[in-house]
Amino acid sequence: MVALDFRVRGRFVSSVVGCIVRMVVKLHGAAFAACPRRVAACLYEKNVEFELVNVDLFAGDHKKPEFLQLHPFGLVPVIQDCDLTFFESRAIIRYYAEKYAGQGTDLLGKSLEDRATIEQWLEVEAHYFNEPAFSLAFQVLYAEKLGQEPDLNVIKSSEEKLTKVLDVYEERLSKSKYLGGEFFSLADLSHLPFAHYLINDSGKGYLFHDRKHVSAWWEDISSRPSWKKVLEL
Amino acid sequence: MAIKLHGSWMSTATLRVGATLYEKGLDFELVPPFGQVPAFEDGDLKLFESRAITKYIAYKYKEQGTELVGANFSEMPIIGVWMEVEAHHFAGPSTKLVWELCIKPMIGIPVDETVVEEATGKLNGVLDVYEARLAKNKYLGGDEFSLADLHHLPNIRYILMTPKASLFTSHPHVSRWWSDISSRPAWTKAAALSDAAIPKQA
Ligand SMILES: N[C@@H](CCC(=O)N[C@@H](CS)C(=O)NCC(=O)O)C(=O)O
Repeated sequence: MVALDFRVRGRFVSSVVGCIVRMVVKLHGAAFAACPRRVAACLYEKNVEFELVNVDLFAGDHKKPEFLQLHPFGLVPVIQDCDLTFFESRAIIRYYAEKYAGQGTDLLGKSLEDRATIEQWLEVEAHYFNEPAFSLAFQVLYAEKLGQEPDLNVIKSSEEKLTKVLDVYEERLSKSKYLGGEFFSLADLSHLPFAHYLINDSGKGYLFHDRKHVSAWWEDISSRPSWKKVLEL
Repeated sequence: MAIKLHGSWMSTATLRVGATLYEKGLDFELVPPFGQVPAFEDGDLKLFESRAITKYIAYKYKEQGTELVGANFSEMPIIGVWMEVEAHHFAGPSTKLVWELCIKPMIGIPVDETVVEEATGKLNGVLDVYEARLAKNKYLGGDEFSLADLHHLPNIRYILMTPKASLFTSHPHVSRWWSDISSRPAWTKAAALSDAAIPKQA
């Protein structure tokens, strides 16, 4: 049995959950894939030991019946932690940030108000940044590998959407050091995988570097030891 | 200080936040929108993004009204998963259908049938996963109603007004779940306000 801290109305409350033999957390995914990288970055920040269980995405292992038992949509990542099996990268990072609130980097802030602002920018990442970033990186990096012709219309419209989103970020980051406030949080961390794809692998770095505050923010968050470790996985 | 919600009862995002406030039995004032809808003010705190607002309300007023984020730590990750499923799998295609089949006809823009068919196919696949989940669980997060269910209410309400209602009625456990969650007093109240706000066709 392990005792945990979790927050209720900003206070820490102790609780005991059943897990007799503590196992290393299993992260099912692939080292190059963005969504598992989001989770790995969080686990490194929280000093949670884990093992990457490789899923061969190009062979379609994630669509096989055994894997669909773990994830009904057949995607990575999936986490197995004692008797808890669950998926969705942003649900996973929230869970570990909350479960190990007092360990490693604090990623959710000290108060409910901090948390609310972080959640707001996590939503912005999920609903405005993610889709065009994913589409753009996919078209540039993977379409050909998967035998498809890159879709120039998607490339163009995704870049237009990202331009607008990053203008909003530039404004925000001219007033606060990080998206969620004055400290690094899940709101920033959640951007690392796709921003990395765009800047380092897709030749779209200018979207970030042309904006002074966004550029400084990227230099800062991408040089964190946790992210460097993710890239070495 | 009073809670202020900037928005309109017709908007799905406002409905999402309004239903949460009613579940918590909180008083609030609905004020005309500015900028991002909905925007929310509680004392000095200002927020946008409906799903960030509902979570804040659920944590801040945890000991009041309906428990919406899980009474104990073991339920929380699973509720979290299904909130993300709503945001990343359900919201995309369902919002497209609401836009194409409800909003476009209302403002007189022609419907894009290709978009409708693609969104219908995607949403049907997502609802197959829900059907399996709800065959074994009363609610998406488990035995209790939570934000994971509530976040779905506004889009389903609008799609049920269209010919694509069959997406839901053809999934028996999804239908059973909808009947349950849509008959909650808090939702009934928000939906009635939304009905009153929708312009009646001449
Ligand atoms: N919302 C999900 C998205 C999961 C997802 O799309 N995973 C990608 C890798 S980043 C995947 O498994 N792709 C394989 C495929 O689409 O077949 C999450 O954040 O976990």
